[in-house]
Amino acid sequence: MSLKRKDFLGLYDASAEEIKEILETAVAMKDILTRTVKKVPTLRGKTVINLFYEPSTRTKFSFNLAAKRLSADVMSISKSGSSIAKGESLLDTAKTMEVMGADVVVIRHSAPGAAQFLAENISASVLNAGDGAHAHPTQALLDIYSIKENFGQIEGLNVLIVGDIAHSRVARSNIWGLNKMGAQVSVAGPQTLLPREIEKMGVKVYNNLDQALENVDVVNILRIQMERQESGLFPSIREYREIYGMNKERLQRIGKKALIMHPGPMNRGIEIESSVADSSQSVITEQVKNGVAIRMALLYLLAGREVDNENLN
Amino acid sequence: MKTLIKNAEVFDPRNDLEGKYDILIEGKNVIQISENIKNQGYELIDATDKVVIPALIDMHTHLREPGYEDKETVKTGCEAAAAGGFSAVAAMPNTNPVADNPAVVEHLNLKSKEALVKVYPVGSITQGSKGEKLSEIGTLAKTGVKALTDDGNPVMNSEIMRRAMEYASAFDLPIIDHCEDKNLSKDGVMHEGYYSTIYGLNGIPAASEEIMVSRDIVLAEMTGIHLHIAHLSTEGSLKQVIAAKKRGINVTFEVTPHHLILTDKSVGDYNPDTKVHPPLRSKRDVEVLRKALKAGEIDVLATDHAPHTFEDKLGEYDYAANGISGLETALALLYEYFIKNNDISWNELINMYYYKPAEILNVEAEGIKKGSTADLIIFNPARSWTVEKEKFKSKGKNTPFAGYELSGKNEVTFVEGKMVYDDRGGKNEVLY
Repeated sequence: MSLKRKDFLGLYDASAEEIKEILETAVAMKDILTRTVKKVPTLRGKTVINLFYEPSTRTKFSFNLAAKRLSADVMSISKSGSSIAKGESLLDTAKTMEVMGADVVVIRHSAPGAAQFLAENISASVLNAGDGAHAHPTQALLDIYSIKENFGQIEGLNVLIVGDIAHSRVARSNIWGLNKMGAQVSVAGPQTLLPREIEKMGVKVYNNLDQALENVDVVNILRIQMERQESGLFPSIREYREIYGMNKERLQRIGKKALIMHPGPMNRGIEIESSVADSSQSVITEQVKNGVAIRMALLYLLAGREVDNENLN
Repeated sequence: MKTLIKNAEVFDPRNDLEGKYDILIEGKNVIQISENIKNQGYELIDATDKVVIPALIDMHTHLREPGYEDKETVKTGCEAAAAGGFSAVAAMPNTNPVADNPAVVEHLNLKSKEALVKVYPVGSITQGSKGEKLSEIGTLAKTGVKALTDDGNPVMNSEIMRRAMEYASAFDLPIIDHCEDKNLSKDGVMHEGYYSTIYGLNGIPAASEEIMVSRDIVLAEMTGIHLHIAHLSTEGSLKQVIAAKKRGINVTFEVTPHHLILTDKSVGDYNPDTKVHPPLRSKRDVEVLRKALKAGEIDVLATDHAPHTFEDKLGEYDYAANGISGLETALALLYEYFIKNNDISWNELINMYYYKPAEILNVEAEGIKKGSTADLIIFNPARSWTVEKEKFKSKGKNTPFAGYELSGKNEVTFVEGKMVYDDRGGKNEVLY
């Protein structure tokens, strides 16, 4: 099994078949995570470098763990504490990664297109762990995986993404991926946090959360950044919570079958009430676990291209 | 020594030239133009199947000197102009220091003396182009500036713009404005629309330009100054300018080749060479501008030649510099996209890229006639070539048109009777 590509930069150019393949591989990976010995030798001798230009706790940790579970040599480079902070250009960093013998470089960067730039300048596989508001394919894949785990399928489901769509790579990657898998995606938020012509991506657009919540199967709630309020995109945290916060009343209205998701980290009591986050319908902690499985699957499919399949067993 | 250009297809609408002519040049001037001039030992240039037109005037060029000599110098910028088929360029004032005082303009004038093409200095509207205090506009006028602009860092304060227009009117200088409401464009790096949404890049709404076009038109009407809108790029801006003209307001505008050819979709590979202000606009905007071109509604074509170093354009799109190096592709692109298929004629091109810019800048443009200054080019419409940015004379290799295959090219440029560029047989030589 392998992906017929060097890099994995987003779901915008991934086919439904590729997404299915990744999801299936992740099932096997999740199985490994439930064993007593949670490690396989699949990527022994392979080098994975996590190159993080943006602060990240969860994603970096998740990629680290995923690489270690597959026995790869893994190194993490963050913006502080390395030459990146000294203004080394992405090109030079790429060249350094190259000579260090990286097989996969996982990159997180605030600039859209940074992962593509790296991919064009390095022979190692590049895995996009988030580039600005552009793409965050592993997050979307773990979201899709979590949905499929609960419903058995994606096709025909109504998935609502709530919050700051404009600045969200998670939303964009989810829209691409879910659309390809046959879901109907909607987005809801204040108009100031919805990007121009988002409807052309094939989503329904709502400014009214209560209308958007009718007939939903999945509600994916995005983190609201406090700086958006400061830059005048909405008037106050209090008002945001009132109008776009997922609370107990709204949870009751959507019914027991609907799934609650959040990519984290959550602002409890703002975009999501604790009673919602911790409800039986919430799969937020399971998402974290699925994230490791998805990243293992992608590392395997990219770095393990020539690795024997049997190693998985 | 006399030079005879033989058997050329000559165009010049104001001198009623459209057809086969021979042109004889002596010293700085055209001394004869007629259907058949006998070669009496002249330097002969066979221009059979080639087109001769007045050399173009680019009224929007960044020569970068002083201050940014790593991007371009007067020398290299003028070489690029010569290669592109221009005999003159207007140099934008956003140098370092800004051309807001006679010293900087005189420095440019001095450098221009040795340059291959004519350079018309443009002064800044405000000191340091900071939009706060007026530059010494009267003094700048004396040093020979042909227009005023804070291009690149537009005047946001409407009161300052009003006073600039009022004050400048005494010196008969047009105000050129780069129309951009910087609060609206903020941290935008491309046109705001569907493509900025899917590429995840911050958008610059069309409104950012249109609001300032609107403001400037109101102020131009109030003050009576000649307002020239630089690099107009949206449908909304176009509509406003055309309506303003109908009302009799003294406003003109220019459009760049890149805004007539490329759309925001081409930002998709995150190639920093597509990053430019104003940004490449939507398909709709491009279609509307093309329609206006065809309808003869566009006053001026101009490159907004904005050279940058390799490093300025390297890496992440967000951090790359804005601008396109345009002098060496402009004419060939216009030929490829609009002249070849008869959207516009050579005569229309000459009006938009020679007579009208000269009129706005109030500089000489006699065209091709007996006694006129011999500023002309020989364009080969059957010269297929590929845009190779490494071959640019400009220091700025930043072009989104690299690799484009074009079917016509400027081969010879004459400035004041002297051949300054020769690309016959692919020589690609500048001549001092």
